[in-house]
Amino acid sequence: MTAVLGARDVAIDLPLPGGFLARRQLNILSGITLSVDKGETLALVGESGSGKTTLARAMIGLLPVSAGVLEFRGQPLSDPACRRRLRTEAAMLFQDARGSLSPRVSVGNAVIEPLAIHRRPRDRATAGRMLAKVGLAPEMAARFPHELSGGQARRVSVARALALDPALLVADEPTAGLDVSVQGEILNLLADLRRDLGLALVLISHNLAMVRHVSDRIAVLYLGRLVETGPTDQVLARPAHPYTQGLIAAEPNPDPRKRRDHPAITGEIPSLIARPRGCGFASRCPFAQDRCRAETPTLRPLAPGREAACHFAETMTSQPIRETIP
Amino acid sequence: MSSGPDALPGVAEPAREEATEEAPFVVRGAGLRAFLRDPMGVTGAVLVAAFLLMAIFAPWIAPYDPMALNVMNKFQPPSWQHWAGTDQLGRDLLSRLIWGSRTALYIALVATGVSAVLGIVLGMIAGYGPRWLDAVLVLIFDSFSTLPMILFALAVITVLGPGKETLILVVVLISVPYYARLIRAQTLSMRESDYIQAERTMGASAFRILGVHVAPNVVGPLLIVLSMDIPVVIMLEAGLSYLGFGVRPPEPSWGNILNDGYVSLRSAPHMVIVAGIPLVLSTLGFTFLGEGLRDALDPRFRRFGGPR
Amino acid sequence: MSLLEVTDLSLTYASDGVVVEALRDVSLTVEAGEVVGIVGESGSGKSTLAAVLNGLLPDNARITKGAVRIEGTDLLTLPEAGRRRLRGPGVAMVLQDPMQAFNPVLTIGRQLVDFQHHLKDLSRADKAARAEAMLAEVGISDPAACLRRFPHELSGGMRQRAAIAAALLLTPRLLVADEPTTALDVTMEAQILHLLRRLRTDHAGAIVIITHHLGVVGEICDRVHVMYGGQIVEEGPVDDIHHAPAHPYTQALIACDPAAIPGRAARLPTIPGRPPPLRRPVPKGCAFAPRCPAALPQCRTEAPPRVVLGPRRSALCHRVSP
Repeated sequence: MTAVLGARDVAIDLPLPGGFLARRQLNILSGITLSVDKGETLALVGESGSGKTTLARAMIGLLPVSAGVLEFRGQPLSDPACRRRLRTEAAMLFQDARGSLSPRVSVGNAVIEPLAIHRRPRDRATAGRMLAKVGLAPEMAARFPHELSGGQARRVSVARALALDPALLVADEPTAGLDVSVQGEILNLLADLRRDLGLALVLISHNLAMVRHVSDRIAVLYLGRLVETGPTDQVLARPAHPYTQGLIAAEPNPDPRKRRDHPAITGEIPSLIARPRGCGFASRCPFAQDRCRAETPTLRPLAPGREAACHFAETMTSQPIRETIP
Repeated sequence: MSSGPDALPGVAEPAREEATEEAPFVVRGAGLRAFLRDPMGVTGAVLVAAFLLMAIFAPWIAPYDPMALNVMNKFQPPSWQHWAGTDQLGRDLLSRLIWGSRTALYIALVATGVSAVLGIVLGMIAGYGPRWLDAVLVLIFDSFSTLPMILFALAVITVLGPGKETLILVVVLISVPYYARLIRAQTLSMRESDYIQAERTMGASAFRILGVHVAPNVVGPLLIVLSMDIPVVIMLEAGLSYLGFGVRPPEPSWGNILNDGYVSLRSAPHMVIVAGIPLVLSTLGFTFLGEGLRDALDPRFRRFGGPR
Repeated sequence: MSLLEVTDLSLTYASDGVVVEALRDVSLTVEAGEVVGIVGESGSGKSTLAAVLNGLLPDNARITKGAVRIEGTDLLTLPEAGRRRLRGPGVAMVLQDPMQAFNPVLTIGRQLVDFQHHLKDLSRADKAARAEAMLAEVGISDPAACLRRFPHELSGGMRQRAAIAAALLLTPRLLVADEPTTALDVTMEAQILHLLRRLRTDHAGAIVIITHHLGVVGEICDRVHVMYGGQIVEEGPVDDIHHAPAHPYTQALIACDPAAIPGRAARLPTIPGRPPPLRRPVPKGCAFAPRCPAALPQCRTEAPPRVVLGPRRSALCHRVSP
């Protein structure tokens, strides 16, 4: 079966601000190889600055790739016909749901916007039916984006994304800014849609606690490189990369009896302009050796479906995670 | 919970939200209400409406024919017969002022209207189009705005000859680069916004993005600027007509009347005075309206707090 | 005498003829050296409470009842000058968006020096040295360089550290942190929480943390106040609140937190319904009753009693018995 979305050795460079004729390009992502199947949820996790949002934008066709191939249903996205197909068969949920709704367009018109763009049949009742699918009352159609609560805006953006029955949904932090009691509603809604419509879902998040419940596979990004991929339960139970371990350990625990004495990872993600030599994570890694600072680790298979880019990945997985954090 | 007929098969319908649910603290029509509470804005709106009605119904309101000569009756001070007196040719000044409002508003509204449309179109093209086109357009806008306004106006009039249409052309040439740069800046900032990006992911054409999503958001702020610029155009028309470069006599224009009055300022001071009144009132009216609109529509000027 | 004592505080917002009761009879005490969490969802009134403590209420807010005392001095009856004197040595604030705490056109160093205006007998050089030492203490690796930077030149995490340093330079007795880690990545959040926890032991002052994140509460707070519908519905030591929550809302809130659910949940729990509208007239019954799985008939008609469950532990609920 061909994957709904596939990335083969994708690199993305973006122009640095400033410069008029000869703009300097900054490498944001490179060596990204991923795929998402029908009905599968892939979580992209990493700190801000890891390149996960840039990758999402490329997946949805907002950014061109600089090297490698991005494929949608087996066709390269560089092909205009495939890009046109992507417009109707893939949709994106933006991190700021309210900001992704045109401020002077009513909710009713916003949800049928994809139908209007592609001149599909629609009538007055269409918007109401689409709002009902995401659990909103049809009367909401008359509202404007600034009159919506965070959860409502999120639902409206989901309704709009579903308008053309997409095969792929890219969701950038779909629960950002939502209350805990509402987060679950949106995630359950996405899970239902995935199951019933066979959606392939790419979920971008830094919230591992949430990712654990809703994703099948996980891809961890650090400084524009994949550092670890694999089935979510395996990766979270036995992370092979020290960065993944650190992310897991950094999650605040609501149980006061499980307080930790040390922050898991210290320091900050280095700037892309000053990418360190060797392993990008070496500057923050508690296990870094001389080899890590000299030799860039490549993403290599560890077990079926599992890969990691760490020289010491085998030793990492052999220890329970809490003890590996100093 | 009623499952709608079109609910997806197998999708457990999430708890339906009440339509009455507490929305974020927004009151519908708050902008209009804020405007109506502002005495200055309301005064401006009333004045502007009065001048518009005066211009539209000039043939019915004006007591006399503005062109009708009555040399026997020249330089009459205001009286019951001629509320604003008569001019050097014995024409009824009130009628000429009323017809003059037609000239003033015609030039002001047409000129700003045309400028606004051109400014919006060029500004959006510069802001959203390819970067090289933007660079070219900005260069043109910038070179136009370096021209000294009055000298440029006089040069155009010298070449084309005075008249209403020339005046409109002058105003358009001066204002379009200014409006276009304003619109360009807003389009540029909007271009990276999530809702424009979302439109792009849905495959919307540039035409649709600009027409449906960008234009409505840039027109509001521009309306405020326009209503503040209209008095400038009215003044420009009066000034150029006063100098003899604008509307040509005998067609009535406030500037012409001022000019005629200036010639006979000693013998008949009433002409200058009565011709000044509509000029001042219309200028104030549009300025007040513009400020009122700005205060009401721009949330930064609106006193409006609420729980966070 | 408690460091901070809020008694029966009620506050309304009025706007276009609508009156919203944002705080209703809120009482809480904070002792020196404590870290107290105020947790709630949007619309619970927690941000309003933060604004009261910081003295930064919007113009349309009106305090209808109650008192806010810092070491016995009532903030609300104090004239503006006195309140200003208290802000600083009394209360300092750390905001969610540290960008708001700094003037964008002045360097961090200049601002950190200016913040110390209450220290009249120190020279500017002394104040700069003090600022540098404080930046080092909050974990900024090159404090001298940081002093020369402008706010936008720092990353989010660094700005938040600088904002905490700015607050600590005032040697406050009470530090109010409003969602201090919400804008940060998990790794930086863990570092900031670690920093706040260390500060608690190194500085005598108390910390009030306002958050919607139960993880933050679990990591750092000694005691918790849970807010809902403008009221404190439950208070108690953090361990009791997490392991034996008494109020149905607290129970539901903890159940919803994905971090508290082991394994992989097929469906995530939610709290059906929406937060109550607090427009006047506010219904008499319990604010949570329409969403409460255990609501009794009287919950909808009678205001719930505050049931004392122990020392500094209580819940606002008909169903709870001591």
